[in-house]
Amino acid sequence: MGSHENHGSAKTYILGFLFSLLLTAIPLWLVIQHVMNKTALTVSILLIAVLQLIIQFFFFMHIREGEKPRFHVMALVLGAVMVFTIVAGSIWIMTFNSQVH
Amino acid sequence: MAQSAISVDAHHEHQHDTFKLLGFWIFLVTDCIIFACLFAVYAVLRTHTDGDLTGRELFEVKGFTAETFILLASSFTSGLASLAMHKGSKKQLLGWLAVTVLLGLSFVGLEITEFANMASEGAKITTNGFLSSFFTLVGTHGLHVSFGLIWMIGVMVQIGRHDIDSLTKEKVTIVGLYWHFLDVVWIFIFTVVYLLGVM
Repeated sequence: MGSHENHGSAKTYILGFLFSLLLTAIPLWLVIQHVMNKTALTVSILLIAVLQLIIQFFFFMHIREGEKPRFHVMALVLGAVMVFTIVAGSIWIMTFNSQVH
Repeated sequence: MAQSAISVDAHHEHQHDTFKLLGFWIFLVTDCIIFACLFAVYAVLRTHTDGDLTGRELFEVKGFTAETFILLASSFTSGLASLAMHKGSKKQLLGWLAVTVLLGLSFVGLEITEFANMASEGAKITTNGFLSSFFTLVGTHGLHVSFGLIWMIGVMVQIGRHDIDSLTKEKVTIVGLYWHFLDVVWIFIFTVVYLLGVM
């Protein structure tokens, strides 16, 4: 099986779909039922969102596919660094603004 | 001799395809950065309601839950379309793409209804900082989905005319990647905007 011929099978798509349904239902239930305090809840649902992203990348977008070197993975890693810098940096720096509270 | 020339050509063509796909991945990364900026703005401005209604009063759990499940299902059906394509079944490929387009249309329809309802309650893009950033973030995603629908219909027309060949295969793969990417962005809108909003 050549690496570029690996387009996933019906099984991986169905499995990915079931995972993504579960990872949507869980945070929804957590938020509606208020089972935790606010901080724990926020952290949990954000972690579940990241898990959901991983499911989409591996089961649907097949990021392991393609010939080496996998430049698209490097591009994604660079993108992740930029996204983190922009989002975390903006939130952090704006906490110094007295109007944001 | 002739055979080796063919294999060199095939190799070049293959490399060309790989670069095209890489180019699209790089586009997705840049699009990610656009959304990161909009998310950052939203995260900063979400408390700036200026005394007006907050997300808790404005967001309807039923509506955004339906939108989320519809988009997840459409991501799945676009995956099934690419599976059908690799099996060489034109009929199944067009069928699953059509299902994906229909799900996408119902997503856009629900979103427009949601925006219209909010506007009728006096929550417009000009109302306050929270709503400006909300409509910009969610609206940009909605525009991406709408553009994806037009693109997908275009690809379907092309498959209808030219059958499944190396060119249409590449186009289905790329529009599929785009569609999964929009689903990933929506997951974060669902979590950061809606779930944290109604919490």
